Amino acid sequence: MTVAAAGLAALKGPADNAWVRFGLRRAGRLVVSVWVLVTAAFLMIHVLPGDPVRTALGPTAPISLVEQRREAMGLNDPLWLQYVHYLGHLVTGDLGVSMSSGLPVNEVISARLGSTVEMALLAFAVAVIVSVPLGTLMTVLARHGRRRGSDWALTSAGVVVATIPEFLMAVGLVFVFSVQLGWLPVAGRAGFDSYILPVLSLAIGPAFMLARIVRVELLTVLQADYIRTARAKRLRPAAIYLRHALPNALTATLTIGGLLLGGLVAGTVLIENIFAWPGLGSTIVQSILAKDYPTVQGVVLVYGIGVLLINLVVDVALAVLDPRSAIRDS
Amino acid sequence: MRKPLAITAAALMVLVLGLALVAPLIWQDRAAAVDSAAILQGPSSAHPVGTDLLGRDILARVLVATRLSVGLALLATGIGVAAGLLLGTAPTLLGRRAGRWITAVINIAVAFPTLLLALFFAVVFGVGAKGAVLAIGFATAPGFARLTQTMAATVANRDFIAAARVSGVGRVRILLRHVLPNIAEPLVVSATAAAGSAVLAFASLSFLGLGVQAPSYDWGRLLGEGLAQIYIHPAGALAAGVAVVLAAMAFNLTGEAVARAIGLRSDTGGPPPADPAPATEVPVTERSAENLLEFANLRVSFPAAGGEVTPVRGVSLTLRTGEAVGIVGESGSGKSLTALAIARLIEPPGRVQADRLDFLGADLRESTGSPEGRGQDAAREHRKLLGTSLAMVFQDPMTSLNPTHKVGRQLAEVAREHQKADRRTAWRRAVDRLAAVRIPDAGRRARQLPHEFSGGMRQRAMIGMGIMASPRLIIADEPTTALDVTVQRQVLELLAKVRAAEQAGLLFISHDVTVVSQVCDRVLVMYAGRIVEDLPTGSLLADARHPYTRALVAAVPDMTTDRNRPLAVIPGRPPDPHALPTGCAYAPRCPLATDRCRHEDPPLTAYAEGRRVACWHADLTPAGQAQTAHLGGEAP
Repeated sequence: MTVAAAGLAALKGPADNAWVRFGLRRAGRLVVSVWVLVTAAFLMIHVLPGDPVRTALGPTAPISLVEQRREAMGLNDPLWLQYVHYLGHLVTGDLGVSMSSGLPVNEVISARLGSTVEMALLAFAVAVIVSVPLGTLMTVLARHGRRRGSDWALTSAGVVVATIPEFLMAVGLVFVFSVQLGWLPVAGRAGFDSYILPVLSLAIGPAFMLARIVRVELLTVLQADYIRTARAKRLRPAAIYLRHALPNALTATLTIGGLLLGGLVAGTVLIENIFAWPGLGSTIVQSILAKDYPTVQGVVLVYGIGVLLINLVVDVALAVLDPRSAIRDS
Repeated sequence: MRKPLAITAAALMVLVLGLALVAPLIWQDRAAAVDSAAILQGPSSAHPVGTDLLGRDILARVLVATRLSVGLALLATGIGVAAGLLLGTAPTLLGRRAGRWITAVINIAVAFPTLLLALFFAVVFGVGAKGAVLAIGFATAPGFARLTQTMAATVANRDFIAAARVSGVGRVRILLRHVLPNIAEPLVVSATAAAGSAVLAFASLSFLGLGVQAPSYDWGRLLGEGLAQIYIHPAGALAAGVAVVLAAMAFNLTGEAVARAIGLRSDTGGPPPADPAPATEVPVTERSAENLLEFANLRVSFPAAGGEVTPVRGVSLTLRTGEAVGIVGESGSGKSLTALAIARLIEPPGRVQADRLDFLGADLRESTGSPEGRGQDAAREHRKLLGTSLAMVFQDPMTSLNPTHKVGRQLAEVAREHQKADRRTAWRRAVDRLAAVRIPDAGRRARQLPHEFSGGMRQRAMIGMGIMASPRLIIADEPTTALDVTVQRQVLELLAKVRAAEQAGLLFISHDVTVVSQVCDRVLVMYAGRIVEDLPTGSLLADARHPYTRALVAAVPDMTTDRNRPLAVIPGRPPDPHALPTGCAYAPRCPLATDRCRHEDPPLTAYAEGRRVACWHADLTPAGQAQTAHLGGEAP
């Protein structure tokens, strides 16, 4: 993505060289981050107190079996050699074999990745679709100190809702919509119905948080000199808000939105466990409890790379929306 | 709204910490009492929130769990804050090279959500309460480290740190004595907020079964147990959930209240301002077609603590077609607000009143909320009138253009909006106008963003924006103040050229007497929200009558100024609009002030054709005044 953007920019001429530099810098940062992540995932098992195989198989397992498993996993090699092997396997897409199911970890992950990504993306879409109009509306209605009371009430309600973590939101929603009203299924993943509660639980908090940020940013932008210029041009209020103010407010919103999306990815872990959702989040918790370290390692890697990719997309989107941010050293 | 927030925060905090201390002592036995006769009961008088699978009282268990839940969260926060402080101050302590590595690692770690980091560390430290405390602590650390580091870096660049370093103070000492105390307040605030997050994170880990293990229990565990029974008996899960949210909110609100108390955040809210009183009605004289702009008794006021301030107090002016009038005054004299008020750009809660405000024969007051308002129709007409016939040039060209829109688009917008031009026609006009304000290679430049323009070019683009239609009046508010001297000249010449080409009037606002006398036919001198003198530019240097005008002129050095003497300055400072003196506002600084000046405000009175002055001593001859005035030693 960055490379393509950089290549395109290079064709435009030397004036756009900043794009090439931005692309290279961003790609460099991604490579370093992935390396740190991979190394951390590798070390995770090796800094564990005690023997991971012994821990996994339990105290009653015979020594011979433990030895055999250690040998098979290469745990008796020197650390640097294990690291080299680990990197080599990663390059070929080999994440090892699950200790509990005996299946290759990458199969376990690929079977479950889709439903997690689906949930996270849907929730993010809902959060954005709700928050931007909501934040804008709150700003427009309450500008110039009008409607102080309702503005205060809305803001306070927003703060409270945004404080409620997604898993408590889920419990509350299940209680109301599944237990009391009986409208929606309490758990599982089958049909449109079953998506509503998990996605809402994930989206509501971030939606209110984002709406607040949109509001704060919009109020700041509306103070800017160029908004006064737009008013001096006697543009319609809608043009001033939507064309001049909102895009400038969204750059800052997007930065924080990216962080929220990262948090939302982490939130899937809890939500999947509440709704018995067959995704990576339920897998990682089961694996941690079952001490199935190769699976844990693999899922941590996938989650980590997911977060890094989100950050990359946010940075590129920011650069497109506000080209100055590409030139500034971020 | 500050008090309610602080009170709520304090009450919640006392409740949470009090329960953490007391609850296990009181309800420990009740929480542990197994009652096989009362398994999974709903709320009753004996068990307000019902019982669990073993018939234990859920309310008692939730209350008792406060100590473990909050205690472990605080422990984790402590670890996180300590580790974060170490990591965050390491760059300051260890010097540049090692610091850069640590910063890089922090930056990568910060990119990951806390919960993911906590899961990672939970694997490393093992499942259980101890592992969860360490995991959440270590997961909190990067964010805190980043905050510490950013703030320490800001402080480290300040002069007193540099001074300490130069005088050989050690790094550790600088950190402990100078850096940390200066960033302690925001750190305390975010540590409080971090404790709130830790409560939630701990509940999550325990809920997933990775935190506190049975037979111990915290809110997270109770929540997990409750969720399994939610169909039969929802109160259990809800009670634990409410406890978690309340505790987290106690910490978050406390952080917010502390932040406000120490002034880190601005307090929003407060009582709504009272409805503005209607403007006083004054009979309107005949409108004259010759007059481009005519306003009388213009007042601008803003709500302020303890009432209202009125920085513009009754300004009147008539500007004839094609005339160039300057307004000079110190900053705070109300000259820019006057310009904005004429252009209808004062936004609520600011309030503009005038006995008369006519532009090109239209009463601009009609489109406002004033009694003579015609509402929407007038607003629409005036929008078009002002959009095409009034051009504004603002002080700071660096910030007056939208940074995310192409310059050409920002010009074309005017034609799209008011002349209903199609996209291509509007763009052609924009390029043509940019060329007209001497932007070289206008076609290419129009496609650039403002940050690719120099300051002078941006100001020219702003002028170009004003001549997209054909303006009858150009209001320029300090258009050259933010520019280099050489560029100033170009912009002034351009303004003069544009004015000649469009035959437009000019209202030129400046604090610079020299610039105004170059550009304008007539000068208005403003002081403390009033016009104190109105005179032709030609008389400014030799024949000004108001002592303030003379002082302004004297403060400008010229070729004949004796450079061995200190530059003339006006003693004292302009009055605070919150507390204006009763008499003439200039009296406290005026060398001619008498008792009358201090008690009676002089009105602006015409004493010759096209000349007005507001001073009780204006009839003094210039020579006589110069002798009396000490401040005007170098007055020509």
